[in-house]
Amino acid sequence: MNAVNSFLTQYGFWVLTIIKIGLLLFIVLTVNAYLTWFERKVVALMQSRVGPHRVGPHGLLQPAADGLKFLFKEDAMPAGVDKFVYLLAPFLALTLSLASLSVIPFGPKPLPFSFFGHQIDLWITNPDIGLLVLFAITALGVYGVALAGWASNSKYPLLGGLRSSAQMVSYELAMTMSVVGVLLMANSFGLTQIIEAQRGRTLWGVLPAWNIVSFHGGFPQIVGFLCFFIAAIAETNRVPFDLPEAESELVAGFHTEYSSFKFAMFFIAEYTSMITVSALCAILFFGGWNSLFPATPFWHFTHYLPSLILIPFGLWVIYDGIKYETLFGRIVLPGLGTAIAAIGAALIVFPAANEFIQGPFWLLSKIFFFLFFYVWARGTLPRFRYDQLMNIGWKLLLPVSIANVIVTAGFVLFRSNR
Amino acid sequence: MSAPLIVFFVLAALAVIGALSLILQKHPIHSALSLIVVMVALAGLYLLMGAEFVAAVQIIVYGGAIMVLFVFVIMLLNAGEEEHTDFSKLAKFGGLPLALALTGLLAAAMIHHGSAAPNTTSPDTLASTSQLSTMLFSTFVYPFELTSFLILVAIMGALVLAQREKS
Repeated sequence: MNAVNSFLTQYGFWVLTIIKIGLLLFIVLTVNAYLTWFERKVVALMQSRVGPHRVGPHGLLQPAADGLKFLFKEDAMPAGVDKFVYLLAPFLALTLSLASLSVIPFGPKPLPFSFFGHQIDLWITNPDIGLLVLFAITALGVYGVALAGWASNSKYPLLGGLRSSAQMVSYELAMTMSVVGVLLMANSFGLTQIIEAQRGRTLWGVLPAWNIVSFHGGFPQIVGFLCFFIAAIAETNRVPFDLPEAESELVAGFHTEYSSFKFAMFFIAEYTSMITVSALCAILFFGGWNSLFPATPFWHFTHYLPSLILIPFGLWVIYDGIKYETLFGRIVLPGLGTAIAAIGAALIVFPAANEFIQGPFWLLSKIFFFLFFYVWARGTLPRFRYDQLMNIGWKLLLPVSIANVIVTAGFVLFRSNR
Repeated sequence: MSAPLIVFFVLAALAVIGALSLILQKHPIHSALSLIVVMVALAGLYLLMGAEFVAAVQIIVYGGAIMVLFVFVIMLLNAGEEEHTDFSKLAKFGGLPLALALTGLLAAAMIHHGSAAPNTTSPDTLASTSQLSTMLFSTFVYPFELTSFLILVAIMGALVLAQREKS
């Protein structure tokens, strides 16, 4: 026992990091699975359909069914493929998109207890160049798609791979340019520093000092945000920029020849990138874990917002669950609802836990909002034509984001000289 | 052996294997992939020396942008496996001695200037982005601006070449 203790005291940092990575992977992959459910439900509602509703109540077990199906399908490898590259491509796509999550900070404060003398922060790593690491990973991310298209030894995937590499190179420029304004205002590449620079209020205390509206040491980054978000949607190959997998033109684009779990890996990679981009939008432009409301005593009641959301939601899940006649509906849903409502109640009872949860609560709400936005865009917008895509990237986003950098730099210079 | 030294040898081995594979691979795409491995291993070496910014930029610019263009062009031309020719007499007889001479020269220079092992004791020398940018815009401002001018000329050249003919 003593040996274990001393081992964990000495190497606790490594053990802790591995545990955190495992936990984050588990959470993100589960969220990914339910993101597909969420997307199908929301798009269905927008199109006046029901969406998945057969497997489990509200189709809640559909992601599990889909995952199992992916695992049990035949893993076909087409003839004449370049085997090494064909197998490498999905691994590259998945690994890189998961790796990008490692630099995202999820909350300001470490957990109130320590792991054998090691502080438990809500991030895996927090380098000073966090944003550059993210861009480096994004820059490599294109290979997954491009190589998949090339290695399949088939016409349509090759066209999809070509389109994606051209598209991602074009939009990477605009994406990188559009965050320079944020960097100028925060004076750092570190994501935590960027968030902390957005603390406080702006415009005589009316609005939070988030980069999107803040005049604090700069200029509101609303143009930068629009450029960034559009470019990021293009980088993640989502509607309306999903040209690499345009089904009306290219069958399924770069992943036409991939079956079974190798296809699922591309799928998971795409949804993980969506989460990363949503987190980046929240962190860079919308104040990260900073609350929407001022930190004055009058606004202190907003600290109970998590409970205010969790308790009614839990009660609704209980109410909804007992209407079902199946075992899952009768037992699991009310149990889940009780747990959610109990967490909400516990947050009121233990103020320390409530204070701790504020940062993650705001950040996760903002991430959820942008994930919804992604789905919203998919349900609303038609796909661009290829020449339109290139025109938007080079002739609109790039010049506009450069202009944004010049204006912001001018304001930053003006303020620092005063 | 200390941990940084082990990491250094792993990355160095990766870079050398990648470079060898770049030359020995028959297919252009495989060569390009090997080159990406070299770039990423080099970035790891920079990181080991405490040059975070340079490491990230190495991956973004070389590993990302430039190599993506290489891969894109290879895919676009749909280049097949390359054929080996032995036209060059110089390569046949002078190749090995010249390579050995270059290696010897480089090794001599490195030994002359001390250890080539990673210098992990002074991580601040290149680490800070602000230091790097201050240097770039004060001491090295003329080389920096000249290089960007050179790139601008290249961009304009590409535009002229790619321009549609006026009818």
